[in-house]
Amino acid sequence: MSTTDVPRIITSRFEFDDSHTLARYEATGGYEALRKAISMAPAAVADEVKSASLLGRGGAGFPAGVKWGLAPAEVWPRYLVVNGDESEPGTYKDRLLMERDPHQLIEGVLLACYAIGCGQAFLYVRGEMALAQERIAAALNDAYAAGYIGRNILGSEFSVDIVLSWGAGAYIVGEETALIESLEGNRGMPRLKPPFFPAAKGLYMQPTIVNNVETLSNLPWIVRNGGEAFAALGAETSRGTRMFAVSGHVKNPGVFEVEYGVTTFRDLIFSPEYAGGIRDDNAIKAFIPGGASAPWFFEEHLDLPLEKVTIDRAGSMLGSGAIVVMDETTDAVKACLRVVRFFARESCGKCTPCREGTTWLEKILQRILDGYGRPSDLALLLDVCDNISPGIAWPPKQTTICPLGPSAVSPISSALERFRPEFEARITQAEQTRISVPVAFPKAVTHA
Amino acid sequence: MSRLTAENTELALEIIGRYPRPKSALIPLLHLAQEQDGHVTDDAMSHIAELIGVSAAEVLGTASFYEMFKFEPVGRYMVNICTNISCQLMGGEELLEHAEATLGIRPGQTTADGLFTIEDVECIAACTEAPCLQVNYRYFHRITNAEFDQLVDELRSGARTDIPPHGTLATVRQRIPADRRAGVVTPENTAHPVWLASSQEAQS
Ligand SMILES: Cc1cc2nc3c(=O)[nH]c(=O)nc-3n(C[C@H](O)[C@H](O)[C@H](O)COP(=O)(O)O)c2cc1C
Ligand code: SF4
Ligand code: FES
Repeated sequence: MSTTDVPRIITSRFEFDDSHTLARYEATGGYEALRKAISMAPAAVADEVKSASLLGRGGAGFPAGVKWGLAPAEVWPRYLVVNGDESEPGTYKDRLLMERDPHQLIEGVLLACYAIGCGQAFLYVRGEMALAQERIAAALNDAYAAGYIGRNILGSEFSVDIVLSWGAGAYIVGEETALIESLEGNRGMPRLKPPFFPAAKGLYMQPTIVNNVETLSNLPWIVRNGGEAFAALGAETSRGTRMFAVSGHVKNPGVFEVEYGVTTFRDLIFSPEYAGGIRDDNAIKAFIPGGASAPWFFEEHLDLPLEKVTIDRAGSMLGSGAIVVMDETTDAVKACLRVVRFFARESCGKCTPCREGTTWLEKILQRILDGYGRPSDLALLLDVCDNISPGIAWPPKQTTICPLGPSAVSPISSALERFRPEFEARITQAEQTRISVPVAFPKAVTHA
Repeated sequence: MSRLTAENTELALEIIGRYPRPKSALIPLLHLAQEQDGHVTDDAMSHIAELIGVSAAEVLGTASFYEMFKFEPVGRYMVNICTNISCQLMGGEELLEHAEATLGIRPGQTTADGLFTIEDVECIAACTEAPCLQVNYRYFHRITNAEFDQLVDELRSGARTDIPPHGTLATVRQRIPADRRAGVVTPENTAHPVWLASSQEAQS
């Protein structure tokens, strides 16, 4: 199918060099939605978002309109926290939205605050993203001066400050309760849910709505064009458009905004409009459909549409819109280790199965890769996985406070299920060539 | 080893004033300290502790969780090379090896002239632009070995004036003009937002 006639909702200004400026934003419909919204009742704005069926774009895919309704009635103040911590391996879209169209995000934040009744908003940008911080700071300064943010916005009774905050390097801070801890000036360790669902007990224990950058960037279009126009795009539960980053072994890696729910993996990976096929016309070995936390997919999944429920049922997730393609030359053990090592490094250490488990998973995989694997190692890997995520099922169960621990199980269960002979071959080879048993395993030499 | 300068102290107070609780300013203030000195000193942490009304140990407790904060001097240029999955597939590890050979250091180490530190980092959200790296958190996309060498030469010769020394992130700061400020909303401020209240009145 042709996807070119679908409007670009959130990347429409990317073609302009000055897409980040207030002048360009105002010249292209910018802040019209805000004007429209403040002439409407806040509840009517929330209704538009509800009728749009906008799913959260941060990973979990929870409907934004429903989330907004979860804040307990008549408990004030409420806060809005913007999650701009993008760091799920394979994911590249929030940074683009912050660098190239900061005003669109800011307008989205204002619309959300107006509809939900948030007294103050905190825009948390990942620490490593200097340009995004700079562009947002400049955009906030300009929008304040123009009367779009702050006291009595556009002469109305609506008043809210947006405070730019930023992190300092920790993947786990992307998890919403860890993000809140970080915003309170603490170590970024997740809180247990329940009771600490942010909508009820979030920042400073007040009702707090945490939304992703891409989620909020959709709001100006939705308010301008109506929720129904948004919901007319896409299919089933997945409405509107969505950004997907296609990386790895493809001819034309890139970030593409496509119609949600209808475009297939095959379209995105093979169509000349998008990633253009596998490099050197190699065969595809596997692909990760939704960031490092997602179980891997294979050739037989290529014709699935990028639709949330369909992908959940097929045993993985669209997560943060990150598709990582591996061709036939990929070493499954190496790739699996790299993803597991990420989770081991980024575990916050708060719960034992994750802290110890991910560390052991990394060590075992490393020794297999280094030629010191033991025949019992594959069963041991799965045993450790089972301690983190009982049953190794999808959707995962967890013995942990947050889903990071179970995320480390995904690459192992996927790679072992499909490429077990590769792991076994490494181990058998090791058995044959090893002369002496080393006393200590070499420390993580990943690029030997 | 220094506390925040008078100018930075003023800036710190301005930042603290934006948050409902002073401790929320902690991470931004640690960045300010790192911008001032290139790394986060003990004296700066004590000073920050005084400014936000917590103990120095609490400041260190938070600071030590986050990878970007360095407690020892590092190179003027922090070169972070991504080796996570998308980059690994496209040669990120080979790029790191090349960087190690070129600079003669391993990840985490600093060259003797104090110019470069390299780190082997996790995904930096440039996965479609692999292999990629950051110098002081500025991006370089789809980098070849030759381009890496050229970048190092330019940094050495001082030609890259667009890259400030380690510690400086955004070169534009948020500034909320006093006459436009809506004001901090603390958890104690339990008033119904006025714009919601008046719209409810209008409806009833
Ligand atoms: C380990 C972990 C890391 C996460 N990282 C991010 C992230 O970088 N950005 C993000 O928006 N959401 C991230 N999330 C999801 C957030 O917890 C939260 O669901 C999301 O920000 C809500 O926004 P949305 O409803 O608009 O999607 C992460 C979740 C987990 C468990
Ligand atoms: S699962 Fe891992 S990252 Fe999550 S809270 Fe537990 S230790 Fe921390
Ligand atoms: S994996 Fe290297 S930037 Fe994402």
